[in-house]
Amino acid sequence: MADRVRATEEALEVIERLRAAHGPLVFHQSGGCCDGTAPMCLRADELPGGPNDACLGHVGGAPFFIDADQDRRWGAPTFVIDVAAGASESFSLEAFEDVHFVTHTPSEGL
Amino acid sequence: MATTEQRTTYAAPGHPDSPVTLRERYENFIGGEWVAPTTGRYRANVTPGTGETFCEISSSGPDDIELALDAAHAAKDAWAQRSPAERAAVLDAIADAIDANREMLAVAESYENGKPVRETLNADIPLAADHFRYFAAAVRAEEGRISEIDDQTYAYHFHEPLGVVGQIIPFNFPILMAAWKIAPALAAGNCTVVKPASPTPWSILKLCEVIGDVVPAGVLNVVNGPGAEIGKALATNKRIAKIAFTGETVTGRLIMSYAAQSLIPSTTELGGKSPNIFFADVMAEDDAFLDKAIEGLILYAFNKGEVCTCPSRALIHEDIYEPFMERCLERIRAIRQGDPLDLATMIGPQVSTAQMEKIESYVKIGRDEGAELLIGGERPEVDDDLAGGFYFEPTVFKGTNDMRIFQEEIFGPVLAVTTFKDDADALAIANDTMYGLGAGVWTRDGARAFRMGRAIKAGRVWTNCYHQYPAGAAFGGYKASGVGRENHRMMLDHYSQTKCLLVSYDPNPMGFF
Repeated sequence: MADRVRATEEALEVIERLRAAHGPLVFHQSGGCCDGTAPMCLRADELPGGPNDACLGHVGGAPFFIDADQDRRWGAPTFVIDVAAGASESFSLEAFEDVHFVTHTPSEGL
Repeated sequence: MATTEQRTTYAAPGHPDSPVTLRERYENFIGGEWVAPTTGRYRANVTPGTGETFCEISSSGPDDIELALDAAHAAKDAWAQRSPAERAAVLDAIADAIDANREMLAVAESYENGKPVRETLNADIPLAADHFRYFAAAVRAEEGRISEIDDQTYAYHFHEPLGVVGQIIPFNFPILMAAWKIAPALAAGNCTVVKPASPTPWSILKLCEVIGDVVPAGVLNVVNGPGAEIGKALATNKRIAKIAFTGETVTGRLIMSYAAQSLIPSTTELGGKSPNIFFADVMAEDDAFLDKAIEGLILYAFNKGEVCTCPSRALIHEDIYEPFMERCLERIRAIRQGDPLDLATMIGPQVSTAQMEKIESYVKIGRDEGAELLIGGERPEVDDDLAGGFYFEPTVFKGTNDMRIFQEEIFGPVLAVTTFKDDADALAIANDTMYGLGAGVWTRDGARAFRMGRAIKAGRVWTNCYHQYPAGAAFGGYKASGVGRENHRMMLDHYSQTKCLLVSYDPNPMGFF
């Protein structure tokens, strides 16, 4: 299956710096309250993809997971991972750079 | 937003006319004292009403969590040994201090979070005070149980504190959500280390200023800093006996996995996509009840939609859809948006640019997937002095429940409306969601309300009301909305160990050896 996720150049640069600082990475698309719609970037061993996650592909070499039920309910969209100013509230690693990843859903696909 | 009506606007914190004093920078509250972060770092704290920085807050590191845990562990034995009446007296004194400083805390929280001061004055702050009183009373009434196993053997059950707990607070109700977590923890005899949300680190420190004298040193500790650093340092620490978290689902999974790795309990509250169901009979009369139901729909804009139980899906019976929505839209058009410190303001700014941008992206998603925009959908025109603020118009889409705007919590003033044919259809739509935190049912038919309320898979079903949070009414989620309950005396169990003394009064041996 073709990847359903990619990252912008700006996001790839942040991902590369995070990998240099923290080692192998993983992304999980979050849901729910507060920062709920943000993608979370974690150390790969922190939260591996689970039995109920779908892997949508890789960004900057890191696997990108979403809860499979959430993916279905969102209509199995394609995602573009970008980066925006300001740290998120979550445990996502890019907070160290005072930026946060965001998930865009381009209307024209990837 | 200019108006000729007389309005009352509070002066910004730090202004000579404001009830709120302001320092340039704030340290951590550890062991009853203000302690500078070991990192030496501070972060700008912004008011969302204008986007301006108004103070600096400590940006702590893991070592500061250790300092807070040192203070909490030093205090825990003495606090646990205090009688329930003594602990209750401390909680009552906290409540009295909150009441005595209601206006100050309301203005502080409103300024920091962006919620209208009419909400903080009348809901957040009074509810926080009441929450401490409720748990003061609950712990006085708490009893162990005794089982008579047989006439020579008795099981005595005691509640014992867990010790030191970690609590991570969300940004949407910085003081009330802190109260929900701190009150039961302290009542049950625990000490706590609290990590406030990064967008709202300050108002809880204003609370610490006014309760610092009544809470024994080390019982309550507050450390501010990035979640990725100190949130994790707290949640993974071997010196906590429990972790409580309110936030999004991936961090919820992380928190539960950290708890699993330390073999400690956790409670999580992770949001929702709450259905608010309006049956045809709400329009049987044009009366106060109809008026209440219309307000019930518009409560999606309460606290600018930054509420885990935001009634963000309205399900309206197809027979009344047109006239009911017409009445609702008329009321939405009358919402006054602007300066959160203005008593006439009904909706303020979102808490951060990140939240505002997320809402904009979801409005685009709604349009792209073919939902019909009924009102709003843009950043509003505001007065020049508010131009840097994070405002977004109250927005309503009409669509179907399979759309993404019906399935994901946007955490903003965005309502997704759809229609239903009959009770079974309403129930199917209501339950077709990952989440199960809140729900609303509006009908003049009591039996129907009861049937629907029992059948909806959500922890809280408001029936002919919404967004009421009285202490004593249990709150928490089904499904992906989290594990555990708050706001009820059962929380004392979530913050206690059960000790069983199994005592034999039989003088004779068992006879095995």
